[in-house]
Amino acid sequence: MNNAKRFNALRTVLSVLIALAISFVIIFMVSEQPVEAIKYLLVGPLTSKRNMGNVIESMIPLIFTGTGVCIMFSANQINLSGEGAFHVGGLIASCVAINMSARVVSPIAALFCAGIVGAVFTAIPAVMKITTTADEMVSSLMINYLALYFGNYMLNNVIGDPKASAASYKLTEASKLPVLFDGTRVHFGIIIAIAVAILGYIFLYRTKIGYELRLTGENEEFAKYSGISIVKVILISQLLGGFVAGLGGGVEMLSPIYARFTWTSLLGYGWDAIIICTLSKKNPLYTPFAALFLAYLRTGASIMARRTDVTLEIVQITQGIIILLVVAEQFLSRYKHKLIAKEAKAALKEEEAA
Amino acid sequence: MWKAILSPDFFGTILRSATPILFATLAASIAAKSGITNMALEGIMLFSALFGVIFSSFTHSAGLGLLLTVIVGGLIGAILAFFVLNLKTDEILAAIAINLTATGGTVLLLLAYSGDRGVSSSVRSVSAPNITIPLIEKIPFIGQILSGQNVLTWLSLLAVLVMHLFLYKTPLGLSIRSVGENKDAAESVGINSRKVQYIALIISGALAAMGGFYLSGGYMNMFTKDMSGGRGFIALAASSMGGNTPVGGFFVSLLFGLAQALANVMQLTAVMPYEIILMVPYLTTLIGLGVYYYSQKKKKERLSGK
Amino acid sequence: MENQAVLQMNHIMKIYGNGVVANEDVSLELRKGEIHALLGENGAGKSTLMKVLFGIESPDQGELILNGAPVTIKSPQDAISKGIGMVHQHFMLVPSLSVAENIILGVAPRRGIFIDMDKAVESAQNIAKEYNFDINVKDKVEEIPVGIKQKVEILKALYRGAEILILDEPTAVLTPQETDELFIQLMKLREKGHTIIFISHKLDEIKKICDRATIMRSGRSMGTYEVADITTQEMSKLMVGREVSLTFEKNDQQLTEQVLLKVRNLTVNNSQGVLKVDDLSFDIKGGEILGIAGVEGNGQTELIDALTGLNKKYKGIIEIKGKDIAHSSISDIRSMNLSHIPEDRMTSGCAKNLSIQENLFSNQYKKHRYSGKLMLKRKAIEKRSDELIQEFLIKCRSRKQNVGMLSGGNIQKVIVAREFSTCPDIIIANQPTRGIDVGAAAFIRQRLLEFRDAGCAVILVSADLTEIFSLSDRLAVMYKGKFAGFFNDAAHVTEDELGQHMLGIKRDEVLEGVLYE
Repeated sequence: MNNAKRFNALRTVLSVLIALAISFVIIFMVSEQPVEAIKYLLVGPLTSKRNMGNVIESMIPLIFTGTGVCIMFSANQINLSGEGAFHVGGLIASCVAINMSARVVSPIAALFCAGIVGAVFTAIPAVMKITTTADEMVSSLMINYLALYFGNYMLNNVIGDPKASAASYKLTEASKLPVLFDGTRVHFGIIIAIAVAILGYIFLYRTKIGYELRLTGENEEFAKYSGISIVKVILISQLLGGFVAGLGGGVEMLSPIYARFTWTSLLGYGWDAIIICTLSKKNPLYTPFAALFLAYLRTGASIMARRTDVTLEIVQITQGIIILLVVAEQFLSRYKHKLIAKEAKAALKEEEAA
Repeated sequence: MWKAILSPDFFGTILRSATPILFATLAASIAAKSGITNMALEGIMLFSALFGVIFSSFTHSAGLGLLLTVIVGGLIGAILAFFVLNLKTDEILAAIAINLTATGGTVLLLLAYSGDRGVSSSVRSVSAPNITIPLIEKIPFIGQILSGQNVLTWLSLLAVLVMHLFLYKTPLGLSIRSVGENKDAAESVGINSRKVQYIALIISGALAAMGGFYLSGGYMNMFTKDMSGGRGFIALAASSMGGNTPVGGFFVSLLFGLAQALANVMQLTAVMPYEIILMVPYLTTLIGLGVYYYSQKKKKERLSGK
Repeated sequence: MENQAVLQMNHIMKIYGNGVVANEDVSLELRKGEIHALLGENGAGKSTLMKVLFGIESPDQGELILNGAPVTIKSPQDAISKGIGMVHQHFMLVPSLSVAENIILGVAPRRGIFIDMDKAVESAQNIAKEYNFDINVKDKVEEIPVGIKQKVEILKALYRGAEILILDEPTAVLTPQETDELFIQLMKLREKGHTIIFISHKLDEIKKICDRATIMRSGRSMGTYEVADITTQEMSKLMVGREVSLTFEKNDQQLTEQVLLKVRNLTVNNSQGVLKVDDLSFDIKGGEILGIAGVEGNGQTELIDALTGLNKKYKGIIEIKGKDIAHSSISDIRSMNLSHIPEDRMTSGCAKNLSIQENLFSNQYKKHRYSGKLMLKRKAIEKRSDELIQEFLIKCRSRKQNVGMLSGGNIQKVIVAREFSTCPDIIIANQPTRGIDVGAAAFIRQRLLEFRDAGCAVILVSADLTEIFSLSDRLAVMYKGKFAGFFNDAAHVTEDELGQHMLGIKRDEVLEGVLYE
């Protein structure tokens, strides 16, 4: 067990290193100033308070969607509509925030509505699965596009400011989340995000329903046999996962980054969440760390993109490679088998001696 | 409106919008027949849409461009196969990784190739031509529908036939179906299931690449960021609704084409807001999935007697 | 030629990915033209050894010598090309294809780029004729009976030129007639010079048709013997290791007044719509063990699924402690103090990637002792886990170890610990000791008897006749979804009598004592 755990940690680190190495190679191929670019990518985020703030600020949405996906994937519900839930979460939060200007009450109302609408969107595949047995994965992919065009419709027809182009009316100041550190845009959302990650952990690992969820996720037949209601698990995991993702969208929208709702395409946080979930081994408690890593990489990349000729999109390639390697079970498997065989042989000897 | 719907043009639109979905659906079907859900279709199509533009501009030939694009598509299929089959990566996560790489990689590549950001406006690509076949053109109505369709649309129809023969009449097709249905059984008679699934995924990638090429070199004549627009995902749904058979997939794809064509007509007659029209393919898929699985469920329940 | 070794496997060791040592040190030698029995209990490592031979698993140590030359077999394909064929316990057929297609799969005759279907059918028919197998090769495999499926499997191997044929528990799923027919076929194959490895744990069958036998016990080979020179008692001793006293001290029976489980006219179809349980009625009171014997696949699984709430699509009445459970969920049924040891521990008995602790509470985490309204009571659960691990002698490093890392016997102990720790009134034990070591099995059997003495109603479904005989108070034999025989006093049934009922040779029309009315 110890060896197996050590092995997993080692593999994750190696995967990340290899992914970075491949990205460097790509940078060398496409860039005229590769050394500069790599320097900005790696140490850029540490160069100023503002940049460090950017890292923290971009962790926030990742923690939310990451935790949401951890909850859904723990129940083995491969629901990929976290992306859509995040989008409508931001949309609804802005609808509320445009129209309400009560201090404290306004952001709470906006976030609550964001969560609820997010839950409704991710629950559609869940309900479809329960009533028709349709695979949640495929249907959840459709939800993302519906969320996007629903957002566009609202933006163009309901909340759009005729004086601005492709933007809603301004969100009221009272609805915005306060900035925590001057000179940065790090806002109150980070506190909510970390609280959500911790609550997510407590939910999955300390509550009855969380136990039911994980049991179902590991072996549905066993859960059924144990008397667990699978329907309940399917529904709750996806409602809750969607709530958290929607909440994340709301928090992002109320952050100092935005003054108006301007999302006319999907932002991709739902997909990033899958990397977060993979890196944190489906445990919400680790999502802040995984998010920190990704946020750092992105901030570095955006500094690089501003200062050099390499585009931001390089990060998506790095991320893709990380997922591939981290989840590749057989990657370094020979080494793993050796470790386990060694342990088993040792155990045999022990038994014989006893 | 009715007049618009009954015109040959309308049916032509059905075929035109069904083409990319049909390619992707065939790609999903062959992967599914071999036992793998190929969610990377979306990424492969996106990559191919870009490579289509790059290769055709580079070679000044749509044919050569298509050929090279198809090779790259097959290659991505092989990469997916390598991770799923050799490294035992979860097929969904591997696909997500490929799709992510495609989203970023296409933008990066386009920039590196032409300096364009997101839209290949400065690339002089060569689109696949529309063709008319003299005899068929003379058939009333049907001739009008088929005449002047893009060569890739013709190719997609041909692909349905070829795939059907391949899967059901050739030894390799038999192997693919056996591996998908009972992998252990296939292996027990010495079929190398890994090789078979590799082949299926490479073919799947190649088919998706044709669909991708059509997007930027037929349906439109340039590459735009994220232009696959979820068609690879829709294809997964379409394939399962068609029972993962080429012929079934063909009819379901036509249904999507129909939905799209209807949406276009409605847009012209302005009964609905633009964004709702854009939702049509996804809504169709969602509803289609629901109806299909519900009927399957009922069928199973009838079998077990209650 | 007579004593020529066609195959030698020397000192094979195989450790699985989860650390389970399946073969520790196994040696096997085959002579040309013999039927060689590979004998051992479930879990002794027979299947693993054959997987090594057939190239499905690669050994961690040891060598293979085929026709005098050392070889490595990397894949089934490799094995087939070297003239080794295998008939697996679970058929390796593609259901939607025809018999002919299954036979020619992978080596299809061609015409151009297409399969020559006419020729395929013809050659399939030819090989069937050559070996006197009566099969219509155009039938779809999903529509033919089990016995024929097995013939198709054998033909598949022969069609590919198998000289050495491995049969993995071939009679487990066959009727007696089918078994006899199979034996005749096997003897004919031996005459034609084929060498056969016959895996079984049925001693009488080995006596009947095998020339030599290699006996395996917990991952080691215990020697090879001429079957004619060894008695079944000796074989069984080698297989089991020590003479286990199978007659348990059974206390006098104290039946409760209340009928704890009442079943009337129970009828169940499986998911394919095939009738599996046919109008079954019986009662069981507290303080007794009702043994249900029978060849596997005669409706036992379907009966248990209905009783435990896993399958609600049944006709008839099931009452637990007087309450009809037609509309009760599994959870409701479990809260009536019903425990269930499932047939297949890996598919429904545990979650292998979760810890022992997490596996120990799946049926009782809702109890007040272990959880509040929302939260689990961690301290109480941890404490109880440690107690259970001790009490049930579960060999592990800690309660946090994943269940998948344990041996079969210890996994079963985790399941039993969980099911027995709820103070059940009714225990449904389906193959409770299958494939586990003798010590663990004896432990579990002893526990079942203790529960019986404490007034619990136990239903024991088992393929192990000694287990059935030594534990049951009353004994039913299932055959084709009905009780073909019922014995009010299990002590007075002979094995022979039981066997005849199991095989459907003898069927009692009137069953006395099934109901307490």
